Amino acid sequence: MAAVQVIRSEWTKIRSVASTVWTLSLAVVVTVALGTLICALSSRQFANMPARERFSFDPTAVSFAGMTLGQLAMIVFGVLVVSTEYSTGMIRASLAAVPRRGTFLFCKVAVAAALALAVGMVTSFAAFFLGQAVLGSHRAAIDDPGVLRAVFGGGLYMTLIAMFSMGVATMLRSPMLSLGILMPFFFLISNILGNVDATKKVGRFLPDQAGSRIMRVVPRVADDTPYGPWGGLGIMALWVVAALAGGYLLLRRRDAQ
Amino acid sequence: MIELEGLTKRYGAKVAVDHLTFAVRPGIVTGFLGPNGAGKSTTIRMILGLDRPTAGDVRIDGTHYDRLRDPLTYIGALLDAKAVHGGRSAWNHLLCLAQSNGIPERRVAEVLETVGLTAVARKKAKGFSYGMGQRLGIAAALLGDPRILMFDEPVNGLDPEGIHWIRNLMKSLAAEGRTVFVSSHLMSEMALTADHLVVIGQGRLLADTSMADFIRTNSRSYVRVRSPQRERLLDVLHQAGITVVEADGGALEVAGGKAEQIGELAARYGLVLHELSPRQASLEEAFMQLTAEAVEYHAQAGPAPTPQDWGAGWKGV
Repeated sequence: MAAVQVIRSEWTKIRSVASTVWTLSLAVVVTVALGTLICALSSRQFANMPARERFSFDPTAVSFAGMTLGQLAMIVFGVLVVSTEYSTGMIRASLAAVPRRGTFLFCKVAVAAALALAVGMVTSFAAFFLGQAVLGSHRAAIDDPGVLRAVFGGGLYMTLIAMFSMGVATMLRSPMLSLGILMPFFFLISNILGNVDATKKVGRFLPDQAGSRIMRVVPRVADDTPYGPWGGLGIMALWVVAALAGGYLLLRRRDAQ
Repeated sequence: MIELEGLTKRYGAKVAVDHLTFAVRPGIVTGFLGPNGAGKSTTIRMILGLDRPTAGDVRIDGTHYDRLRDPLTYIGALLDAKAVHGGRSAWNHLLCLAQSNGIPERRVAEVLETVGLTAVARKKAKGFSYGMGQRLGIAAALLGDPRILMFDEPVNGLDPEGIHWIRNLMKSLAAEGRTVFVSSHLMSEMALTADHLVVIGQGRLLADTSMADFIRTNSRSYVRVRSPQRERLLDVLHQAGITVVEADGGALEVAGGKAEQIGELAARYGLVLHELSPRQASLEEAFMQLTAEAVEYHAQAGPAPTPQDWGAGWKGV
């Protein structure tokens, strides 16, 4: 069972269903459009901002403001890539064709992650350049210190959130259950846990809270986050590894149905 | 060649498959027969490595399924339950399976032609009728030109033309020297297609025999005779040393194939016969008897069907 064959097969699978196109286009459009809109609003409001906020104004991070909503489309993409195998019964044909389950999961995740990375990078660069274009005099340049890292990081962040969703969906198998847990978690719960004082110390180690640190260039005032941009992304990557490892262990043990 | 050895599957306290040991040989159609819920589909899923056996072992040409390099080129299977993403076209469904096993793309066109789906190759599978879905499943099984083929309840939901087609397909695959393993809960279907028979009930092996042997040992042949001079006929038969059983409607039943002898006796004594018909008790009846203790869900309502109803059923198919 050559992995190359399975990669080709997974590529055929992913490009031949409509959900791939609409989830990924939604991720691009929502992230870029919302980011640009918020940049335009910030540009107008800049003069009215308190000095403290003006001091820590981060034009790069503001252009990624659409990510909170756009990442939900990435989550749907990651969940559907894996869970439709189960909901349609395709998993039986897939595992009869590729009985080595590690190879099957690795190739599926590799193909979907590569696609998410390409789309994530396009999204991130588009959001940055369009955002900066409307920010006018407050804009950052791509060669300012830390900016290129943040823009690359935005693409990596979107890839990792999709991969984390694939791991969770491999464990849960049901698309509804996976989405029902991941969407409210990343849209609401994680944000609350990461920003409320009582839970902040733990909450900022959650995958999205830690991972999004890479998209900031100007640190917040009195920032006491115990990790840097790459450290944060590393924490997110550990979450991804854990989710995929859990998915693999369950996939290896369970009957395929 | 598929070899099962003590294959067992338990779900908690429930035993679905119970120490199955048998082999499926090449060149013939082997029928896998059992009532609904007997463990046929579970067994087939274990052969394909989809379900993990609780105990025992199953090998394909001496190798475990997950050790086969490009398994679709060794063994192709039509599964009982649907195994297709409805949003994908028939062509892409087969293409992704072919690519995973290094099967050339031209095979996709070939098997679509074989099952008669060429015209709808680019249509999404969710628009397919049940019969078309079965044909797509069969196309997937044939994709790797495998030496072993398994069909789980292939005639379910097919129209008469489709049933005829799949019977001929299975026979021709076996005639090419391939191993063909087909499950069904209908004895009548097996009687028409299978050369060898494996019968299970509640997960246990009940019979592993050639179809000819099964018919010989399980189907009682007799001659049914009716005459207006019933008493005279009884005397004549008794004198000739022929054992007679009285049947319903004033008819008589004579065990063994002796229609000619009875006809000649009647003629010699000038007796009128209204019926003289050689009969065979149906295989369906034999199968019902074999699995009677093993049937999990007994029908609750209504009287038991008469043997003749069952016989009529399978002869008519």
